[in-house]
Amino acid sequence: MKQPITLQVNQNTYDIEAEPRRTLADALREDCGLTGTHLGCEHGVCGACTVIVDGDPMRACLMFAVQAEGRAIRTVEGLAAGATLHPLQQAFIDHHALQCGFCTAGFLMLATSLIERADPPDDQELLDALSSNLCRCTGYKNIVNAVRAASVALRQR
Amino acid sequence: MKLPPLDYALPRSLDEAIALLSESEGQAKLLAGGQSLMPTLAFRLATPALLIDLAAIPGLDRIEITAAGVRLGARVRWVDIEQSEPLRTAHPLLVAAMAHVAHYQIRNRGTVGGSLAHADPAAEWPGLCVTCDAIIEVIGPAGSRLIEAGAFFSGPLSTHLAEAEIITSITLPAWPRGRRWGFQEFSRRRGDFALAGIALHYDTDAAGRVLDPHIGVIGACHSPHRLRAAEQAISGQVLDDVLIEACAQAGSAEVDPPTDLHGSARYRRALVHAMLSRALQQA
Repeated sequence: MKQPITLQVNQNTYDIEAEPRRTLADALREDCGLTGTHLGCEHGVCGACTVIVDGDPMRACLMFAVQAEGRAIRTVEGLAAGATLHPLQQAFIDHHALQCGFCTAGFLMLATSLIERADPPDDQELLDALSSNLCRCTGYKNIVNAVRAASVALRQR
Repeated sequence: MKLPPLDYALPRSLDEAIALLSESEGQAKLLAGGQSLMPTLAFRLATPALLIDLAAIPGLDRIEITAAGVRLGARVRWVDIEQSEPLRTAHPLLVAAMAHVAHYQIRNRGTVGGSLAHADPAAEWPGLCVTCDAIIEVIGPAGSRLIEAGAFFSGPLSTHLAEAEIITSITLPAWPRGRRWGFQEFSRRRGDFALAGIALHYDTDAAGRVLDPHIGVIGACHSPHRLRAAEQAISGQVLDDVLIEACAQAGSAEVDPPTDLHGSARYRRALVHAMLSRALQQA
């Protein structure tokens, strides 16, 4: 049976009605209309649905919407400031870090959480963390380059 | 696939959770991090009528380090262990193994209690518990009881937990100063499930002889277990290359790995040999 759930996404409040079985990923896409979060495997392997919950990246297909109530959720829609892209988004363009783009929202949210950390990840940590998401087009090299460049750019601002 | 229809409960105490479990007559599942449970639901391998979320029960997320050892509340997450500064000295083997547990996002939600209840033979944590003589504390309608990790698992994805019992904590015995340890694992992608892994520790006497070796195999068999022949091969001896090779041979001879999609029994046996030899060199 549907129940009322209140989600805080990108500092906006969404009052939705959803069944308890609704995953956060489905709630974001179907009930909040935020289709920037993509769903690939729907069982926690591909990372396409990665969002940030209370500061930590999580797979939105492995979390119920009802569990996300009262927590601060960030999705790819919250990265750009109006028409100005987030430095990480710009870096993805500059470094040709996407081709088909299906995995990109997940990579952006994963990488955002990494480069915003107080201690930025070293190269090994970066590789370990980025290997948790799947990209079938780019071969990862350009994604790593983009994240590394954005990490530096963010710190120089 | 979308998850099956289910109800959701968020009890505020263990008593309330046990009551819900008992009333459900086997139709309920406990939800901690959900990182194994939710894929299981997505594949419709499980279709519980009710999920009982343990998130609101106080006290289950504590890490306590005492003279008796390290006590982890059932809801402690992998990331909590990874980021705990005191655990680096209180249990270095545990912290080192965390780098192999799942992927970054999953370590932010996955819990120690959930992993034991799920009992995946390829998961690192059940193997660590068996290797390190962990004690698992559970509570049910009849009160609480302690179960040795070595007697907890009954097979792949199954345990000796009774129907209305909840894991509340796991205690790893105290780690003596100077204890040697090794952890090695092979998987196709870092963070994926192990095709074979070895966790081990031993102490040494003044002459450098191996005392009380504990060697556990992960991922290669139906349940994690100790490698008694391999332990015997090095017990009381001073380790050198010849002995390491003998130990690795004993270990790979005593495992009984399955052949499946991910690898043949022969391949897994060879991996056990390689991982055991590397873990001993690391120690």
